[in-house]
Amino acid sequence: MNTLMPYLIIGAIVFTLGIFTIIYKKNAVGILMGVELVLNSVNINFIAFAKFVDKGINGQVVAIFIIILAAAEAAIALAIILNIYRTKATVDVTQLNEMKH
Amino acid sequence: MEIKEILFYAIAAFTLFSAGIVAFSSKIIHSAFALLFTFMGFAALYVYLGADFLAVTQIIIYVGGILVLILFGVLMTQKIYDTKAITAHNTLWLSVGGGVFVALILAALLTKNVWLAGIPKAFAPTTEAIGKAILGHYLIPFEIASVLLLGALIGAVYLARAEDKEK
Repeated sequence: MNTLMPYLIIGAIVFTLGIFTIIYKKNAVGILMGVELVLNSVNINFIAFAKFVDKGINGQVVAIFIIILAAAEAAIALAIILNIYRTKATVDVTQLNEMKH
Repeated sequence: MEIKEILFYAIAAFTLFSAGIVAFSSKIIHSAFALLFTFMGFAALYVYLGADFLAVTQIIIYVGGILVLILFGVLMTQKIYDTKAITAHNTLWLSVGGGVFVALILAALLTKNVWLAGIPKAFAPTTEAIGKAILGHYLIPFEIASVLLLGALIGAVYLARAEDKEK
């Protein structure tokens, strides 16, 4: 609890679960959830390093920027997903292959 | 073992468990609600790291904003009562392979590296320092982020609105 390692392990496990989710889910909203897991695990790494290594707040400021990017990314991604659903009536990413060569 | 420490490991286990549900649940709505508990567990871990402002920000933005957006996305794109058996997942072995690959890289990183050991510090409020940093040293990224948010807002509205030009 007062060392860096538990936080890094939690971050690594959640990062792995996020990557797994991105590969495993077919639903586009599920893939978005995986991306959010990955971003959260990166955040906890930044904050842990800010506390134990940097001993300042630089890591926390970077984490704030990551949260801003995550919010923007979620809004845009959901707009795109809604648009796809309106035109294709599905959000299954394996069915969306019009752009395949 | 202190009560604080027990609570820390309980929160960590809770967070990892709900993250696992997000990954493995075959119902997207279950994943969305498990994501809620994952975000709150992360907020609790931020408190343990002395990041009070970020813990509150995590609750406000992730739980109050992004999760509600995701739930809207789930509800608007999913026919909940449609039980047509479309498999919800890609092949398991491929996904597990990708996950194991990433896990091996991260495990190697964690064990091979020598991280600097820190001296535990007393908890102190960080809000003032973060505000000064954002409006001082990080002013340019802050302004760029605001322009990015404006762009994302306009883009999301443009993409999600109904096409009514041809009518």
